Amino acid sequence: MIKSIKTWILVGFASLLLVACGQGGGGAGSKKSKTLENTKKAGFVKCGVSQGLPGFSNADASGNWSGIDVDVCRAVAAAVLGDADKVKYTPLSAKERFTALTSGEIDVLARNTTWTLSRDADIGLTFVGVNFYDGQGFMVRKNSGINSVNDFKNGISACTNTGTTTELNMRDFFNSKNISYEPIAFEKADEVVQAYDAGRCDTYTTDKSGLAAQRTKMSNPDEHKVLPETISKEPLGPVVRQGDAVWEDIVRWSLNTMIEAEEYGVNSSNASSLKDSENPAIKRLVGSEGELGAAFGLDNDWSLRIIEQVGNYGESYKKHIADTGILPNRGPNQLWTKGGILYVPPAR
Amino acid sequence: MIFKKFNIENKKARDLIPQAITILALLSVIIYFATNAQINMGNRGISFGFGFLNQEASFDITFSMIEYDGSHSYGRAFLVGLLNTILVSAIGIFFATIMGVVVGISRLSDNYLIAKVAEWYVEIFRNIPLILQIFFWYFAALRALPLPENGISFYDISFLTIKGWYVPKFIWTNFNIFLLSVIAAFIAIYFINSYATKQREQFGKQIPTTIISLATLILIPLITFLFLGVSLSFEYPVLKQLSPTVFTYAGGVSIIPELIALALALSMYTATFIAENVRAGILGVGKGQKEAAASIGLNKNQILKLVVMPQALRIIIPPTTNQYLNLTKNSSLAAAIAYPDIVLVFAGTALMQTGRAIEIISITMLTYLTLSISISIFMNWYNKKMAIKEK
Repeated sequence: MIKSIKTWILVGFASLLLVACGQGGGGAGSKKSKTLENTKKAGFVKCGVSQGLPGFSNADASGNWSGIDVDVCRAVAAAVLGDADKVKYTPLSAKERFTALTSGEIDVLARNTTWTLSRDADIGLTFVGVNFYDGQGFMVRKNSGINSVNDFKNGISACTNTGTTTELNMRDFFNSKNISYEPIAFEKADEVVQAYDAGRCDTYTTDKSGLAAQRTKMSNPDEHKVLPETISKEPLGPVVRQGDAVWEDIVRWSLNTMIEAEEYGVNSSNASSLKDSENPAIKRLVGSEGELGAAFGLDNDWSLRIIEQVGNYGESYKKHIADTGILPNRGPNQLWTKGGILYVPPAR
Repeated sequence: MIFKKFNIENKKARDLIPQAITILALLSVIIYFATNAQINMGNRGISFGFGFLNQEASFDITFSMIEYDGSHSYGRAFLVGLLNTILVSAIGIFFATIMGVVVGISRLSDNYLIAKVAEWYVEIFRNIPLILQIFFWYFAALRALPLPENGISFYDISFLTIKGWYVPKFIWTNFNIFLLSVIAAFIAIYFINSYATKQREQFGKQIPTTIISLATLILIPLITFLFLGVSLSFEYPVLKQLSPTVFTYAGGVSIIPELIALALALSMYTATFIAENVRAGILGVGKGQKEAAASIGLNKNQILKLVVMPQALRIIIPPTTNQYLNLTKNSSLAAAIAYPDIVLVFAGTALMQTGRAIEIISITMLTYLTLSISISIFMNWYNKKMAIKEK
């Protein structure tokens, strides 16, 4: 039912929470982190994820979540609580996600969310980084004879999700090409797939990683293809509430640690053996030099635990995105040293 | 009166105390919630305000009854959603009422087959959750309908396809004159009917009002076509090729499948409840009433029209009002199948793009409240009109 009603209840409830919960909230600028304290007290990290997007956050039949977004939550749990499995996942629709975060129902939102100015500045959120560089594309039927976005003509119908940046990009794109189109926007990705699959619309547009993942759900995936053009920048990354600088730093550097670890060749299997490495950067990563964790109120092994329990970014990408056949090629999501644009500030 | 000298012995003043306390308690709860929300939102860096309604919405909507595109404001998008909600509710209420009355009377039919079919219809459709029925009509219909190039053609002027039902577009000249003539026709019919009633009550004269009314309704507008420069032409939908295998129809009006599926599901579902109300209403009229009517020489139709229905309506209207309200509220399930109603457009996309959950959810709730109360007021007026009038 269930979805729509649930959404209502959730949004309503979240608004109510915002209204009713005490005058808590982290005091801005203070060194102590209310969120960190509450997380330690609860014994788990409250993490908002998608309702099922293969490769990013997807639950298997027994309810175990996996994906590169899920790995961000796991990294935070490993850093803060010492155990990557101590995460409580809350599946959220595009519509619910920000309200759930600002109301305190979740503390980290890792749900393939695009970093934009208005979201960052306007609604009490802070983006801490980018864990996937994506861009919006179009999927069409192979036999349609459409080989590029330049083949679109007036009257084309396009299916997409509501409440996402894709809806806005789609308009910008068709307007710039001066093409009139019929937008059909569904609340849930599954319905978009079904409607497109049935032939209700001629093209399906969303982030390219999403298209690749959803294609696997079509009744006949081989009949569809993704057009080569990318019409937007979609930097996807984890989000936290505004006003708790320490918590924000913990989440930011948990993600950065994974990327930095890949850069220095530190992975889940060799991390502990690198404690006596020659390279001070590696030693800082595995916690045998410096006191970096103290800055967030964590011990010195926080980053070692992330690498050991979750792995570095490359391992995470390979496991969830490449090996599952979603996007075997890393494209822009490659380290800057290897021709991509993944570049994080130094952990020192 | 309140300013009179307060005296606890005074019963009126005494009765006021609990009421005043209740209002005070209610007010303080509201103020508490409001300030709390303000403080919490302030702490989290969220601003509150309705200024966003004037901002550019920058998203498009599939189906709109007023001119709209992404360059209009969020306020305009709200209006589009509201009108779409009203449209699907009105269509739903219209068909649910007709089907409900037909099925309700059919259930009482002496014909075994008709009665049984009606009974099965009611039992099946009222016992399956509405959202499943909406999905069924939408996805089953989508799968069953042909692609535009093989569209089901109605005399080559209208086409039913998976992308919608394309019908000819009416192109009017001097539409205002035509509209005025229709209004004039209805006013004329009103006077004819009241004249006929007077004639019947005073002199017992029967005037065939139905035929006269129908003739008026056709004749007066016809005059505008012949003498006053009103004309009507049609723009027919034409198949258009977008790529080797992609087709659509250009021109005409497209009734989107989301609207058809939603209206169908809502009316099929609500009709079952209305049918039961109608059956209850008819059964609720005493047998003696019908026998008495027959004994004074009324025929079967007259008994139904003059004796049974006026009494049955008093039983039918109040619970049917509830069903109309339910239907209107249930139309919010539209979001599941991408029908751009107020929940999808405003409490969905607009909420997402602006992040103003409290403002938007409050506006949406107030809107449904207003819609529901309007329906209630109308139905209560109708109910009063139908109630027993002591003469």
